Parts: sequence; structure tokens; C-alpha cells
Amino acid sequence: MGLEIRDASVIYPTADGRPPVEALRQINLEIVDDDFVVALGASGCGKSTLLSLIAGFLSPSSGAILLDGEPVQGPGADRAVVFQKHALMPWLNVLDNVAFGLKLQGVPAARRYETARGFIRLLGLTDFEGARVYNLSGGMQQRVGIARALTCDPKVLLMDEPLGALDALTREKAQELILNIWHSTHKSVFFITHSVEEALFMGTKLIVMSPRPGRIAHRFDLPFSRQFLAGTPARQVKASRAFIDLREEVLEIIFSDEESAI
Amino acid sequence: MTEQADPNTQTRKKGIFSFLMKARATRPGETYGVPGQGDTLWLSVLSILGIIFVWWLFTFMGWVKPLFLPAPQAVLNKFLQVWNEGFTNTPFLEHVGISAARVFGAFLLACLVGIPLGIAMGMSPLVRGLFDPPLEFYRPIPPLAYLPLMIIWFGIGESSKVLLIFLSVLAPVTLGARSGVKSAAIEQIHAAYSFGASRWQVMRHVILPSALPEILTAMRIGIGFGWTTLVAAEMVAATKGLGYMVLSASQFLQTSTVIMGIIVIAVIAYGFDMLMRFVERRIVPWKGRM
Repeated sequence: MGLEIRDASVIYPTADGRPPVEALRQINLEIVDDDFVVALGASGCGKSTLLSLIAGFLSPSSGAILLDGEPVQGPGADRAVVFQKHALMPWLNVLDNVAFGLKLQGVPAARRYETARGFIRLLGLTDFEGARVYNLSGGMQQRVGIARALTCDPKVLLMDEPLGALDALTREKAQELILNIWHSTHKSVFFITHSVEEALFMGTKLIVMSPRPGRIAHRFDLPFSRQFLAGTPARQVKASRAFIDLREEVLEIIFSDEESAI
Repeated sequence: MTEQADPNTQTRKKGIFSFLMKARATRPGETYGVPGQGDTLWLSVLSILGIIFVWWLFTFMGWVKPLFLPAPQAVLNKFLQVWNEGFTNTPFLEHVGISAARVFGAFLLACLVGIPLGIAMGMSPLVRGLFDPPLEFYRPIPPLAYLPLMIIWFGIGESSKVLLIFLSVLAPVTLGARSGVKSAAIEQIHAAYSFGASRWQVMRHVILPSALPEILTAMRIGIGFGWTTLVAAEMVAATKGLGYMVLSASQFLQTSTVIMGIIVIAVIAYGFDMLMRFVERRIVPWKGRM
């Protein structure tokens, strides 16, 4: 069981008689067990629309989104989202931010703080429990965002370009951190990124999307995150022949989309 | 000895318009190009002392008659006299107390009504549609214009006075709360929903706290309107209050009492604004930081 997207299409109506915009056409996708599904594609290919569908912010024009066989009706804690930025609550300290989801679900204070502290430890934020989130660096804020989503114990963790606002070095560290956490929590993950290298390194499955209409153009199964988790250093994985060849192949696909758009 | 100018002064262009030229590099610890940065406390003190000095100079030199502008020490003496003996048989602090009760009472009522109303207007098109026209209709009208109506409808007692001040505070507080609703980032709202929040919880735990900085600013603006309206409210059938004191003193050409009353009102309003700024720093320290 897990998440299943069946023939989902999204069509935005437009005003003044222009043809409606087809944001997504007939998406079929399964996110099951401990899949780490990465969506990659040029701007406007519908990655974020797809995430909105799964999260339940948007309902498909046709087709269905099923979670454990039940149609998704709206947002819920079984599909917690990590955003790129601007999503923490500055009036709460780190501990209360991480416990925020559990508070909304009515979990008593003692229990929600206990759970929150567990994830704070997992993300290496123990010394910052009482800190104000706006005093933290971008990388640490993002770790708070991840811990906060994990405390909701989602069936599928949705990540909307979570590392997009980080500098290159912090970003590589964060990639490794997320993989380790994914490995220890056995969550299904749906992860959006603009970075080809990040996509190849992190995913077990990669979908490359194309714009106009937004659709899944290519699918790849990826071995690289398993190699990293089996002990190969990240830089060595990213420098391997297989990794570089696939990176060039995927870049080719994406650039040809971009060129046809220009 | 060769002429070697200090490199720091060498490039500096002199002249009163030099601040309009391209700015030079900042000292370490400042951010280049931030408009209006720098501490102003001493300049503020200097400004107050300067005004008092000019005031004193004009009266001391006899350039203005005391009837139009009494000397600073005359105003101070008047203050001490009213403090000790009261004004029109009412102790000074009773004037202060009754005016403060009117302004703060009306302010409190306006916050109790305006903040929930503003939030409801921000959250619900129904409430916004219904309340926007009446609010925008009366908002630009000077309180003096509808004072007669207040008196005809609500009499010459306390209710018309408090209601007049209440109305002048209500509009800014409501509009502030209404636009504060827009402060929450859509990511914050989506995050809360994706953690299973209900609409009520999103309002209570995301939208309301995000709106707090703007609500506090609106309250500061609102109480300012309240003090502005005080004198108008105490124009008719008042026998106590600072506004009454200023108005009746002006009828007897007691200019020193007028100025003294104005300063007392200003000091109370300024003090309260300081308190609000302190509260702001304590309860919304994140303001403008995320």
C-alpha cells in the first residue's frame, strides 16, 4: 500500500476565450514502501502542481489520487509538507515549531514534546531547542522544517524544493542528512528539485517531467542513494562513471525541453 | 613636508547637498545603503531643548505678547498652580483621570470590537462585503462633523463622548487587523493544513499570531486618533477633563493653561506610545525578521 496517482490531469481554465492551460496530463505514479521519488524538470513542468495534488491542496480535473486505496480529499498529516522557506512560525521557538503538528492534532503537551525532542535529536538540533527560529541559519531552519514534518509521522513525506534556498556546501550536507533520516525512518518520500545532481543522488526513482502539457517524460530507477547508505562517500558516488553518464543524459532531456520553450 | 591629504577626507565632497551624492563605503558593522540608519536619541533631546529655547527667547525678548505666547516658566507655574489648586474647583488629577478614562475606555472598546471585526473582514468575504461600506463611509468624516448627531442621539452624558472617541479609534484598528490577516505567508498556512489543522486552528495558530505586529501598530495609530478626538468630545456639556480644561481656558484667554493642557495631553499620549513600543518588542520580537 501507499500512494497511487491514476491518470491525474489538471486543467486550469483561462479567461477571455484563450484555450485552457493543461498543467498536468495523465500522470501515473506510485509511491510505496520506502520509495524516494524525485521529480525533476524545467520550470513550468508541473512539479509543484503534482505536489499540490498529493498534498491535497488541489483536486485533479480528472483521475484519482489514492492513499492506501482511499481517495485524497484534502490536506492531512499523513502527507506532511516541507517547504523551501517562509513556512516556520517565528513566534514559536524550535521545540514548539517541531511540536506544532502534534499540537494541532491535540496531542497532550508532555507527549508531543517527547516526540519532538526525539526528532530534534535526530536532526542534530538539541542545543537549539529554545532558540528563536529567525536567529538560526538557513540550513538549521530547514532542519527544523524537516523535523516538524517528521513528527507528524506522515505516510508520505512531501518535500517541495527543500534545499533550494541553501548554499552549495550546506546543501550537500543536508542531502546526506535527509538520506540518513529516510533510511532510519523508512518513510516514503516525494521530493522536488531543480538540481539534476541532487535528484540522481537522492532518489530511488526519478521522474523527469516536461512542460506544456506537464507530463512525466522519462522514468529512471536509481542506485546511488543506496550506494551512499551502504558506506560509499557521497563525493565518490557523485564522481562515479555511472552517475556522470546518467547526469549528462538527464541534462540533455531537460535542456532540449528548455530550448523548445525558447 | 609634502602635502598628503588624509585619504578619508580627500574624496569627501563638501556642501549641504553632499548627502544627495553617491554614498561612500560604510564603517564595519553598518550595512551599506540602508535608508535612515543611525541613532536619534540625542538629536531628539536636542530638538526638544531647541524648541524650548526658541520659545523662551521669543518671550524673553518680548517679541510676542504673553497673551499669545506665555513664557515657558509661566506655563510651568500654571501647571504647579493647577496641580495644587485644581481647575474650576476640580483637582488636576481628576481632570487627567476622567480624560484618560474616556480615551482608554473608548480605546479598549474599539479594540474589543475592531480587532475581531477586522479579522473577520479579512477572513470572510461575507463580513467584508457587509461592513466595508459603512466603515469606509464614516472613516474620512471628521468627528466634529458628526458630534452633533452623537449628542442628539445619545445625549450630553458620558455615552456620546466615549462613543465619539470610540468611533475615531475603531476605523484604524479594524483596518489594521483586516490587513494583518494577509501577513501570514501562504507556506505557513499550507504547512499547518498539511499537518492536519482545521480552518479554526489555522486562524488561531497561524493567521492571528502573524497579524499581531500589524494589529499592535494599528492600536498605536488608533489611540493617537483617540487623543485627537478627546478635545472635540469634551466640547459640549463637559465639566471635567483635559479637553474641557483647554477649551474653557481658551475662552478666558488663559493661554498658559491652554499650552499646559496641550503639553499634558502630549506627554500622556507619548508615554503610552512608549509603553506600546515596549510591549511590541516583548510580544512580537520577530516583527520584520522573517
